[in-house]
Amino acid sequence: MPRFCDCRYFAQTRDATRKLGVRSGSENQDGTVEMNVDSKTRVITGNEACAEGAVVAGMRFYAGYPITPSSEIAEILSYELPRRGGVFIQMEDEIASMGAIIGASLTGAKSMTATSGPGFSLMQENIGYAAMAEVPCVIVNVMRGGPSTGLPTLPSQGDVMQARWGTHGDHPIIVLAPFSVAETYEMTIRAFNLAEQFRTPVILLLDEIIGHVNEKVRLPEKSAIKIIDRIKPNNSPQDYLPYQHTGSGVPPMANFGEGYRYHVTGLAHDETGFPTNSSEEIEKLLDRLHKKIDRKRDEIVEVETYLMDDARIGIVSYGSSGRSSRSAVRLAREAGIKAGLLRLKTIWPFADKEIKKLGSGIRHWIVPELNLGQIAHEVEWATGSRVPVTKINRVDGNPISPLDIVEIIKRVN
Amino acid sequence: MFDYDPYLRLSKFPLIWCAGCGDGIILKALIRAIHKVGLTQDNTCLVSGIGCSSRLTGYMDFNTLHTTHGRALTFATGVKMARPELNVIVVTGDGDATAIGGNHFIHAARRNIDMTVLIFNNFIYGMTGGQVSPTTPRGKKGSTAPYGSFENTFNISGLAEAAGASFVARTTVANATQVELYIKKAIEKKGFSLVEIMTQCPTAFGRRNRLGAAVDMLRSFAENSVSISKARSMTAEELEDKIVTGVLVDTDRPECREEYQKLIESVRQS
Repeated sequence: MPRFCDCRYFAQTRDATRKLGVRSGSENQDGTVEMNVDSKTRVITGNEACAEGAVVAGMRFYAGYPITPSSEIAEILSYELPRRGGVFIQMEDEIASMGAIIGASLTGAKSMTATSGPGFSLMQENIGYAAMAEVPCVIVNVMRGGPSTGLPTLPSQGDVMQARWGTHGDHPIIVLAPFSVAETYEMTIRAFNLAEQFRTPVILLLDEIIGHVNEKVRLPEKSAIKIIDRIKPNNSPQDYLPYQHTGSGVPPMANFGEGYRYHVTGLAHDETGFPTNSSEEIEKLLDRLHKKIDRKRDEIVEVETYLMDDARIGIVSYGSSGRSSRSAVRLAREAGIKAGLLRLKTIWPFADKEIKKLGSGIRHWIVPELNLGQIAHEVEWATGSRVPVTKINRVDGNPISPLDIVEIIKRVN
Repeated sequence: MFDYDPYLRLSKFPLIWCAGCGDGIILKALIRAIHKVGLTQDNTCLVSGIGCSSRLTGYMDFNTLHTTHGRALTFATGVKMARPELNVIVVTGDGDATAIGGNHFIHAARRNIDMTVLIFNNFIYGMTGGQVSPTTPRGKKGSTAPYGSFENTFNISGLAEAAGASFVARTTVANATQVELYIKKAIEKKGFSLVEIMTQCPTAFGRRNRLGAAVDMLRSFAENSVSISKARSMTAEELEDKIVTGVLVDTDRPECREEYQKLIESVRQS
């Protein structure tokens, strides 16, 4: 196959899909049912799409620790990466995994780890290091029920706030949340692109449903995929400032071992990368760290709307709950209720402006999510509490059914 | 006279270390060893954790990585696995390497990944003000052991040997020539190489335990050092409170990154 998925693991899924034939004629995201299965159509899980997307994005270093429901990502990459000359290493824990991907990224390798709740908690300190030292990397969290060991095999969206504020101190972060297998593939590539563009850790929040659901996908040709690489310095090593206050806020990044000798630390540092106690330098650093993301916020934030134009009841949702919400909107429309969906593709930075703008006609918001209302509070904040917000929450390991949402839509209508 | 300057970031001086600290002796020995082995600054990466010892990386004109507490070996593992042509040297302390970073220490040694690890063992958490560490001798005081430590201590070198390191040596800053020699041997050795270096902290450890000034602590290191060859004929009682110095392990085991390279080549051929 002249395509990028010309390696054995991915080829196996392609062959298996071919054998499945029309059995993969499931409902698409847009509600249509497509029964044709050609050589480019495959049935894969979200975890598989994530692994494949990472490889296509140019990821060549993976360090991880086994944890349900993310382990398939590691298993696939342990097979694929050596075949491409890349590195797979299973570390002794998630702290080590996070440290290893930072070290690898500093040498120029696009790096990633994948985990779930308990492991994500362990990674937090080093995620903060990556934010402070501006080391591009991607952290995948296939969310499961918590707190603590919680529900290893059951879905949850309980880590959206941990993804934002899990590490200590004020820091910028980008968090993406796909709602389908195809979108997992696209968003994994986007996660690497954003990490490289902004020199920042990017978190990809899957949940157990998205990670394990089998869906029919037609992945784009490699030529149609945009890949972004970090900007390297074009000045001499003597003139190189690794943390320079550039106009974009993103300093060019040299790779270790290529002649640019510099210092990397998690301590507050000046443009040279060395620790500083100067209030002025500290303020400049933290200001730049936030502004490099803030000023491109409109480019980073992505939402998808569904029947929002004339909607009076709006749903804000994301991930697997976004799927139920979409079905619920369709069912509500069939019942003559003007419902619409605003689905968050990026969780952080938060889509407050989009909610305000696209929801100007909404007189009641509904926020279904698999936690006790972590994003609902953000929606209340975004709307300035001028519009009532009704939460739909589950933390018992079950997904929210479209019918549960329809019932609430009817009640508030 | 040896010229240290080309290897240093002199603009970052003066050093953060207290007067009388032994860490500067190791800094100089490390530079001499690097010079003798002939490592280039561009192709060498120095990685450290958190603590007094770990501030060393900032003063060295190399690719330097000052990481989170206890995690230096994990960052170093990423560097070495992703870019094996880099020479990796890790600088850490007794608390950093064997308390908060103990698990990483065991596993880096088990993998026998090619890097040189220098543990500055000063028996105390110096930077945070003298709290007890896993190597504080029983009975010695720390700011969190006002009545003396009641815990057993780690035998760091023994731990590295048991975990699978291919080179392990122990020495003290009282013997700067030996520090340099063992660091040189460690750099030259393929695989996980540890040099455990006993160093004095007169400020946070010596003062609290009435061990005298830096010179007194150095003298005590010299007087209590017993070479490994001599130690073999001594009883456990005789060796109590002694520091056994020398090359404790020098063996050849499969090295992690090389084995991974073989794996890459074999799967690419098949």
